[in-house]
Amino acid sequence: MFAPFMVHAWLLATIVALVSGAIGFFVVARRAAFPAHALPLGAFPGAAAASLLGVNQLLGLAVFCALGVLVISQLQRGERREVASALWLALSLAAGVLLLSLSGVYAQSINGLLFGQVLGVSREQVVSVAVLSVGALGVLALFARPLLLDSLSGELAAAALGRTGRLEWIFLAMLALTTVIAVPVVGALLVFTLMVGPASAARAFTNRPWRALAGSVALSVASVWGAIALAYLTNWPVGLFVGLLGAACYVSGRLRSAGAVAQAG
Amino acid sequence: MSTVAAALTVERACVELGGRPILREVSFQLAPGEFCGLIGSNGSGKTTLLRAILGFVRLDSGQIRLADGTTAGRLVGYVPQKIALDPGLPLRARDVVALGLDGARLGPALPSRRRAEQVEQMLHAVGAEAFADQRVGLLSGGQQQRVLVAHALVRRPRLLLLDEPLANLDVRSTAEIVALLRRLSREYGAAVLLSAHDMNPLLPAMDRIVYLAHGSAVAGKAEEVVRTEVLSELYGYHVDVVRVHGRVVVVAAEASDQIRAAVARDPVHTASVP
Amino acid sequence: MLMSVPSNPGFWVNEPVRVALTVGAGAALVCAVVGCATVMRRQAFAGHALADVSSAGGSAAYLLGLNPLLGFLGMAAAVAVVMEWADMREVRERDLLTGVVLGAGLGLTALLLYFDATMGSVSGAAMTVLFGSMFTIPATIVPVALAVAGAALVASAIIYRPLLLSALAADLARAQGLRVRAVTLTHAVTLALAVSLAAMTVGAILATALLIGPAAAALRLARRPFEALVLAALIGLGATWGGIALAYESFYWTPGRGWPVSFFIVILIFVAYLLSSWAATRRGARRGAALYGCEGA
Repeated sequence: MFAPFMVHAWLLATIVALVSGAIGFFVVARRAAFPAHALPLGAFPGAAAASLLGVNQLLGLAVFCALGVLVISQLQRGERREVASALWLALSLAAGVLLLSLSGVYAQSINGLLFGQVLGVSREQVVSVAVLSVGALGVLALFARPLLLDSLSGELAAAALGRTGRLEWIFLAMLALTTVIAVPVVGALLVFTLMVGPASAARAFTNRPWRALAGSVALSVASVWGAIALAYLTNWPVGLFVGLLGAACYVSGRLRSAGAVAQAG
Repeated sequence: MSTVAAALTVERACVELGGRPILREVSFQLAPGEFCGLIGSNGSGKTTLLRAILGFVRLDSGQIRLADGTTAGRLVGYVPQKIALDPGLPLRARDVVALGLDGARLGPALPSRRRAEQVEQMLHAVGAEAFADQRVGLLSGGQQQRVLVAHALVRRPRLLLLDEPLANLDVRSTAEIVALLRRLSREYGAAVLLSAHDMNPLLPAMDRIVYLAHGSAVAGKAEEVVRTEVLSELYGYHVDVVRVHGRVVVVAAEASDQIRAAVARDPVHTASVP
Repeated sequence: MLMSVPSNPGFWVNEPVRVALTVGAGAALVCAVVGCATVMRRQAFAGHALADVSSAGGSAAYLLGLNPLLGFLGMAAAVAVVMEWADMREVRERDLLTGVVLGAGLGLTALLLYFDATMGSVSGAAMTVLFGSMFTIPATIVPVALAVAGAALVASAIIYRPLLLSALAADLARAQGLRVRAVTLTHAVTLALAVSLAAMTVGAILATALLIGPAAAALRLARRPFEALVLAALIGLGATWGGIALAYESFYWTPGRGWPVSFFIVILIFVAYLLSSWAATRRGARRGAALYGCEGA
């Protein structure tokens, strides 16, 4: 499990988990589970296109993520937020289907894009992901307080900052960046589990926002490590364990809140 | 007791939520067609009392009876608090009123002239004809309020409950809605129980007042209830009922001294102390 | 190009095309009706999650050699009921719960598709389950699909008024003595039926388009609920049949390889949405101008 060829996998997965856990805190605070699902899944055709064209996957992901942010934020005006996410997702996946169908292969690499692929990671990949992650974490740290205020009340944040729309943009952009980082590892279908599960559990165990953020990151890292270890031992897809561990996190959070309410009552 | 004739009888109603008493032995009675204000500050238990009458909240002890002897049910019309209708719903004002008539029935409504007439008549009664065909979520707060009153009244309930219908309305709309409700309660013979934190807009219209403080209530005619000694006993500490420029204000003792002093200094600008 | 299709004799006598047209029509109609209620109740995410999660049922069916429609349906119905039940108290938690259920369900799909690929002899199950392939729907599914569609439409008609009233405000429904939970639970089951039909047609991942797209377009334009239903049904049906026709035609564009039906259906739906959105904005602007004119006078 700790053979040399696995070292890159562990490293990469840890970085991905760090970033996902951090952005996940804001996803949960802003109740943006659907966009957090729609952006990664909607970006998957980008990676598929990139691998068909033979360019860097990260580039393809980035292009489709940017498109996703644009379309979602555009459709959100005068429409329900969840409808905007759903429409973008459908549109982008339709393009993906066309690409897959015209290329005539449902390659194993596509399967990996959907459900995660941690093995066979190169040193260059680790480096580029590390650089992107530092950038994402830096921006998040910079905007952590305004984003939190905005989640509490858009009007309060608007009063403090002048305009509120910009924060939604920053949030979506960071979500997009996390997507670019995480999709090749965890898979487009399951990235958001890594964001939503740990973060929703963490906020049940503390009332302090930054502790919840730290808890979210810690649980996320633990989930990814657990998922890789289990996948290695069983030889089953890593996505299964990411999904199940995310659900386990959420359930533990629910139980904890229920217990707290019962005690208070 | 004349329980048979009463539109609503509340007897020693108690509600606890999460171990905290919300209503303590609340008792009062409404006659058919009576217009009654349910007055109290935020958190005094107004909404809980209305929801208990509707059967949404179960009483821990005591009893609530409606005109037909049942608890809750089809003889009660209800306008919830601070309702903001979703502009995404493709419903015209008249569709909302029609849903008040038979929204709980299964299956789509068959076109019926009688139904259409009932709806039309109700829209006319609340003065909503002008915007009857507009999307209800895009109407103003006062307009939505009228539509919801029509929704609640179209089944000809014997009792109409309204939760803070005057909140968020401007002065003119407030007076209009009060006058409208007063007229409708006479026309339709429906008792009206309307909650509000400010009794002043209702004073000219109320037949009866139920004053709630910390879950306890006194009921009666406004001039009997809104008095210093009655409300002081209800609150459990001394309060003053102060009349300033024709408005009634209930204040704790020290505050009332300050208000008197302030009015004495500057009678014009303190006229609207709440 | 679209006009050339019906004149092509092969199109109408082709068995797979006829099956696709029938099943597609059923899916489009049910999705339009159920989708309107779903969008009105702000459950687009739940609808999408059900569709995605139903793929686990679809992959299991391929593994066990069962009717895939029953696989999609079983999984979707089970998850719909569980989600509606767990939703009971905390409405604000709905999105998170949906997300977590979706994650766990997709994890399961990953495992089952892995088994499909390694143990079963089914090739391309993943592609079929996730993205649909209408021209390979077996004819034996038609009666089952029509029965499912009929059941969903009847159930939707029965809860039509109560569901509208609950969408307006749950308290108003309760005040009329309605058992809101029974109504929303029924709606959850019709949602499962609609989603499994759509998963059969355009694939689990794209079912959202058929469910949400026509409904969202119709709700922007319609003035009253029934109008929305009819409009959504027309858009859904038009997009599905148009998509099938275009896909059939596409065999002649890139010889030997047709373009996927799902692609055309989704694109047509999106175009319809953009058009209706544009029309609604124009109408809104006109009405706004009229209002201001009125107030100014």
